[in-house]
Amino acid sequence: MAYIELKDVDYVYPLAKEPALKQVTASFERGKFYGVIGENAGGKTTLCNLLRGLIPHFYKGKLKGDVLIDGEDIRTLNMDVLSTQMGYIFQNPFTQISGVKNTVFEEIALGMENLGIPKEEMIEKVFSIAELLNIEHLLQNNPNALSGGQRQKVAFASVIAMDTDTFVIDEPTSQLDPDGTAGIFEIIHKLKEQGKTIVLVEHKIDLLAEYADEVLVLKKGELLAKGRTSEVLSDFTLTGQGVMIPHTVSFYQEFSARGHVFSKVPITKSECVSQLAGMIQGKKGEESV
Amino acid sequence: MNRIILDHVSFRYPNGFLANEDLNLTISQEEQVAIVGQNGAGKTTAVKLMNGLNKPTEGTVYINDKDTKDYTTAQIAKYVGYVFQNPDDQIFNQTVYDEIAYMPKYYKYTEKETKKRVDEAADVMQIREFLKCNPYEIPYTIRKLVTIAAILVVRPEYIILDEPTAGQDLRGIRLLEELLGYLRGQKIGVVTITHDMEFVADNFKRVIAMANKHIIADGSAREIFSRDEVIKESKIKRTEMGMVAKEMGLGSDILNPRELADAAERRLRS
Ligand SMILES: Nc1ncnc2c1ncn2[C@@H]1O[C@H](COP(=O)(O)OP(=O)(O)OP(=O)(O)O)[C@@H](O)[C@H]1O
Ligand SMILES: Nc1ncnc2c1ncn2[C@@H]1O[C@H](COP(=O)(O)OP(=O)(O)O)[C@@H](O)[C@H]1O
Ligand SMILES: [Mg+2]
Ligand SMILES: [Mg+2]
Repeated sequence: MAYIELKDVDYVYPLAKEPALKQVTASFERGKFYGVIGENAGGKTTLCNLLRGLIPHFYKGKLKGDVLIDGEDIRTLNMDVLSTQMGYIFQNPFTQISGVKNTVFEEIALGMENLGIPKEEMIEKVFSIAELLNIEHLLQNNPNALSGGQRQKVAFASVIAMDTDTFVIDEPTSQLDPDGTAGIFEIIHKLKEQGKTIVLVEHKIDLLAEYADEVLVLKKGELLAKGRTSEVLSDFTLTGQGVMIPHTVSFYQEFSARGHVFSKVPITKSECVSQLAGMIQGKKGEESV
Repeated sequence: MNRIILDHVSFRYPNGFLANEDLNLTISQEEQVAIVGQNGAGKTTAVKLMNGLNKPTEGTVYINDKDTKDYTTAQIAKYVGYVFQNPDDQIFNQTVYDEIAYMPKYYKYTEKETKKRVDEAADVMQIREFLKCNPYEIPYTIRKLVTIAAILVVRPEYIILDEPTAGQDLRGIRLLEELLGYLRGQKIGVVTITHDMEFVADNFKRVIAMANKHIIADGSAREIFSRDEVIKESKIKRTEMGMVAKEMGLGSDILNPRELADAAERRLRS
């Protein structure tokens, strides 16, 4: 049995005219890393809301089809139990800061506090996560006196600290510098290696190409594609659908058009480097014959 | 001459934290400049000095040779428009139309002139269909476009965009590129903060890198991306293609797929 199962799911927000999800069928296995991409307003956040049970428990609206988590209907699942299993990092880092805490330290500890984690463990965890994210120097600051990117890191830290089995993460790097972005991906990758299930919405396609096991593409509420990362990201028909492709794929297109032959479409930098190196080596080989 | 000057400028927040130290900079109205750099470097703090939202603790900021200390933020806003990093810090009206019409009404333009300007700004940002909506009912990235329109409508001499690329999809990025073209045509100077290195390489002649309260480099995209120490200190990266080129020893200042293809062909031919 799959961990999460969606079957023919339609969802319309209250008062909305158009459905935000249409006929979505997909399943998610435990321990895998899923990337979710696609145009804005495509339904990425809505999918997150659904997986986390905010639809239908918080957003009423009209939900049709089956949504099963470990075989149980999301409609009857207990939200308190689900919240101990699934951490959710919201899209807008500016709204995720609680506003009720006076220091970054307390803000990061807030989620753990709600889970009733013992104090000593909590303190240790806050320090280790702050170190991982390079925000130790901010722990005593007021959460409202932070830069945009610093806020986003704090929001990420407070959810990751809860150490749930599954993380649903909606655009966690939108305000981050490139170095911070790479750091977040490394952390997410480590969580996956610890056996956690990850659903990550991201526009940074080059990094998803490196790390995600599978990619889902949403457009106007429909699931355009779902499959292995290498297959989905090398599918050029998706560019016409407003989907970004890895820069190495743009290079592949440019270089192929000039008559150079690749053995396969490179979706990551390392694949691109090794293929190019191969071409250069091959050429040298020819010359020395 | 129309230009923004930061002359030995430092800024300290009320809690005592020094966020900018001895910034020196001249940006002319003909320029489009990108600011890049680590989270917390002081980018937002610095651009808020350019429109009077922050007044320097030390040094002087001049807009067209006038000291910002002698003017109110509302007076400066006519010349320098600032689009907030977080759109929710900027938006306070009940409809998108009213949000964009706010400054024209504040300046007491006629209703006809106000409507004309709002429509024009909404067209540039392609958000006409949202004019009647409540800003809080539309997605974050569209809200960001609304806040840009609300500044465009003033037709200032300079526009400062604080992370307009954050969270934008392919269409949003293309729209921002069109906006840069439009602003060039209108002779409106542009300062953009962004973490999107491809966007920088594709669109900006001049790039300023910040780290830890300071400007650490100011030059062309090619110059900035060829300097390892600047990349490291300001926590930026080369473009994806630049990284591939660097790793293969094909050059340290490659910016895009075309340049990488050229360099790889040169290597294949040699
Ligand atoms: N209201 C405030 N009071 C005190 N310190 C602040 C305040 N706002 C920001 N800071 C601090 O000033 C420094 C610079 O912040 P700023 O917002 O200018 O950074 P930034 O370069 O724009 O970063 P980002 O890329 O994350 O938006 C940071 O260390 C931040 O913690
Ligand atoms: N709370 C809401 N109420 C009504 N409509 C919404 C709400 N949130 C999102 N929508 C609509 O649902 C659609 C999908 O949005 P969303 O899931 O946020 O897309 P994405 O995350 O891919 O940008 C959009 O048309 C959006 O306007
Ligand atoms: Mg979203
Ligand atoms: Mg900022």
